[in-house]
Amino acid sequence: MIWLPLVRTQRCEIVEGEQKLTTADSTVTAGHFGPYGGRFVPEALTAALDELDSAFRSAIMDPSFMTRLTALERSYTGRPSPLTRAERFAEHCGGARIYLKREDLNHTGSHKINNAIGQALLTERMGKSRMIAETGAGQHGVATATAAALLGLECTVFMGEEDTRRQALNVVRMQLLGAEVISVTAGSRTLKDAINEAMRDWVASVDRTHYVLGTVTGPAPFPEIVRYFQAVVGREARDQIQLAEGRLPDAVVACVGGGSNAIGLFSGFMDDVDVQLRGYEAGGDGVETGRHAARFAAGSPGVLHGARTYVMQDEWGQTIASHSISAGLDYPGVGPEHSWLHDTGRAKYEPINDDEAMAALALLSRTEGIIPAIETAHALAGAMRVGRELGPTAVIIVNLSGRGDKDVATAARWFGIGAPAGIEMAEGR
Amino acid sequence: MSRRLAEVFSRAKSTNRAALIGYLPAGYPTAAASVELMNTMIDAGVDAIEVGLPYSDPLMDGADIQFAVAAALAGGTTTDVVLDVVGRLDGERAALLVMSYWNPIERYGVARFAARLAAAGGNGVITPDLTPEEAGPWSAATLAEEIDTIFLVAPSSTDERIKSVVASTSGFVYAASTMGVTGARSQVGGGAEPLVTRTRRLTGLPIAVGLGVSTGAQAREVAAYADGVIVGSAFVRCIRAAPDLPGALAAVRGLAGELAEGVRR
Repeated sequence: MIWLPLVRTQRCEIVEGEQKLTTADSTVTAGHFGPYGGRFVPEALTAALDELDSAFRSAIMDPSFMTRLTALERSYTGRPSPLTRAERFAEHCGGARIYLKREDLNHTGSHKINNAIGQALLTERMGKSRMIAETGAGQHGVATATAAALLGLECTVFMGEEDTRRQALNVVRMQLLGAEVISVTAGSRTLKDAINEAMRDWVASVDRTHYVLGTVTGPAPFPEIVRYFQAVVGREARDQIQLAEGRLPDAVVACVGGGSNAIGLFSGFMDDVDVQLRGYEAGGDGVETGRHAARFAAGSPGVLHGARTYVMQDEWGQTIASHSISAGLDYPGVGPEHSWLHDTGRAKYEPINDDEAMAALALLSRTEGIIPAIETAHALAGAMRVGRELGPTAVIIVNLSGRGDKDVATAARWFGIGAPAGIEMAEGR
Repeated sequence: MSRRLAEVFSRAKSTNRAALIGYLPAGYPTAAASVELMNTMIDAGVDAIEVGLPYSDPLMDGADIQFAVAAALAGGTTTDVVLDVVGRLDGERAALLVMSYWNPIERYGVARFAARLAAAGGNGVITPDLTPEEAGPWSAATLAEEIDTIFLVAPSSTDERIKSVVASTSGFVYAASTMGVTGARSQVGGGAEPLVTRTRRLTGLPIAVGLGVSTGAQAREVAAYADGVIVGSAFVRCIRAAPDLPGALAAVRGLAGELAEGVRR
């Protein structure tokens, strides 16, 4: 196995009992973020991960690859995505100056397309003809199916049965795009189980199949690759905020399921030590109820899906099923880089409960005319907290990671709206 | 290397056969029944038992073993129960191994797990999702307790990779016959024999082949080139298909006997 140095590594220094993150040269092995990350996979996948690692490293040094990626970002995805000032919403955020990084305006409606196109190009470069993906909210599945259609690749998407129900719109989108959607009925029937099933498929099909992991989790080099393709979000936001405000923001805010939209935004400000990095995970019914996806608030370091990271687990190391109204945040693990940012204190993570997120969803819709995804609504609720904490002089960027079309059925049930006469709203609240 | 596993392979070799290694998850269908079933396997000629430690996310396992470990977990099978099951097996007549995904061992504490397993009479551990790169503390803990650490090689492993894997391995090398998850198959993967041949050039350790072996005829085919034959899902299927425990015991005894006959060269 060839371990190459990370493009950017971090080091933890113990300073008077406090851990502080630096970006100095590091002895941290590539593929690890402090003690987190690594590769915990069946041996059968080692060769494929090595192949992916070297394909990725040669691709990003290859001007023709980068030219093609950039061209697709501009002409197909619609990048750069705008940075929108949200003045009316900001009135509910302690009057802070709130900006929305509009990943919802990307083709397919979320940040997921950034990574899917990048990995689809890698798939082609490795000479593979088929892509598989896991999906929770369906946004990554749709993005992968889209990239597959664009490049003429086969595509199979694994989705927990529970998620196919609550994100039914995205199932149809994937099918229209020509992808096969496999409903996973094992375990909790959500994202965790979809990943298990995708891994099982990959072990058996790896010679012609690339697994397009959709977030910054999984075995090395996935967290690094996904971060690389999502870093465009942070780079653009950093330039845009300086044009708009003439300075860097005080805080950047994102929701954290696996954590790819958060890493994308955070990466643009990682070295700006005065910019706070704030991540919001799903508090579900409330951390105290046990029905949540709050890995940092209630989990502990362990190994899940190929990486060491914070995991919701019992005393025996069995994974505890997560819960969130948001399918995309309903995952008991988290990207290993987030675990490291958490431990070092560089980023701060808090849970947002279902009700707080849904209130933020309604608020943004009514104050700005933007219906966010329920995942994204957790970040918006977080921004309301951060704004009140930092006050009216603060400049805050929120990653508006996805749009809420896929969530209208859930929202209708939650708010008890939208039922045409004669249709009974089951599970209404 | 534990003397026990070395003995198992040398005894098999001296009687001109491959060692037979049988897998069942602890706690399936119940803890007590799994002890009875595994002791029956030993009685019918299995040389080493691979006691599965049920895990919530068994991503290397196919449908049969997924079903069994989910049932075992639902029945309250914890790591302590697994170690208790190991302690109740007939370690006089068979080597005792544990097959576990990594997180339960790490959570239990690697030194504590190695010590408790040794105390229960265990001889080795197979860790399908632990790579040698991540195995530093595990190797130290198991060495201290004379527990063998069994790692896997796969048809996709390069020679360089096999060298690195066998350097961390003791007891025997687990050669995955096919690129895929566990499960009975109509044919043993064609990649198995070349993989054993390549691995044999790089290590003096015994090599056992697993994944997809379910019949006496397949065991015979594999025994022709490998030092050990590993069977798991086929035993689980026997139990799933049986109407009750006596039926399961009879079916498991029958399959173990057929396989034990098959591994004779």
